[in-house]
Amino acid sequence: MLIKVFVTPRKGILDPQGRAVEHSLKSLGFKGVSGVKIGKYIVLEVAAKSAADARDQAHKMCERLLANPLIEDYTFEVEGE
Amino acid sequence: MKWGVVRFPGSLDDNDSLWALNEVMGQEAAILWHKDTSLQGARCVLLPGGFSYGDYLRCGAIARFSPIMESVAKFAADGGLVIGTCNGFQVLCEAHLLPGVLTRNRTLSFICDRVHVRVENARTPFTRAMRQGEVLTLPIKHGEGRYVAPESELRQMEERGQILLRYVDAEGRETDDANPNGAMHAIAGVANDRFNVFGLMPHPEHAVEAMLGGEDGLKIFRSIVESAG
Repeated sequence: MLIKVFVTPRKGILDPQGRAVEHSLKSLGFKGVSGVKIGKYIVLEVAAKSAADARDQAHKMCERLLANPLIEDYTFEVEGE
Repeated sequence: MKWGVVRFPGSLDDNDSLWALNEVMGQEAAILWHKDTSLQGARCVLLPGGFSYGDYLRCGAIARFSPIMESVAKFAADGGLVIGTCNGFQVLCEAHLLPGVLTRNRTLSFICDRVHVRVENARTPFTRAMRQGEVLTLPIKHGEGRYVAPESELRQMEERGQILLRYVDAEGRETDDANPNGAMHAIAGVANDRFNVFGLMPHPEHAVEAMLGGEDGLKIFRSIVESAG
């Protein structure tokens, strides 16, 4: 089963990359841009008995390795769910 | 005194650490391979700088799960002395042996420079050979050194004296310009609440010979030897 994991900087955590890109977008004329954050998009395949099983595994992977809860939030999608 | 210097794939400062400890300090330091589990009788374990496992995902995140780190965690839980410099600091944070985490420098640039840090607590095994408030000059070289922790935790760490080193200017004053990476509370080095695990972004192992720009790093190693030797 295909899992797509999105990891983003937590609210309130300084994201200098996001800030730099936001600044750049504004200087290109996209005046309405705000709240730019740069995160990670991780795609993986997992052997799972069901979508619920895949979700459970994805949750554990995020908690243990894929995200650091001190500075990052995560969400994930299980393909075909 | 016996030391163990952990070598991960991508460690860079392991040989400099060996040089500082063995050739300069006259200690008995040996490499601990990341896939091994024995600490070979070390009284202090040093996690060196570098880019362990390529710093993939987050710096220190993958090194944390290597076999040697299980032994290091157990050693620390039993009160053993552990010091992590730069990438070693990042690994200790990811392993939850130290609070907080290191993130991208606020400038987004890799910084290679010499900085001043003030000794904020001289009553620990890592700082006892120094004076309270003493200003050390040490090199830094990192892209991800901005220390971050929840403000509530930082308050408790400040109260307990867990902030051991803070970035200051040459006169020992805390200014925004003196904070190279934007670290919260200008933190350059922290200890755990039992004061047997210490992580710092500066490199004491690169500051052990006057010929190479300074010897202030020796004060950290001497403190450890005084404590454990």
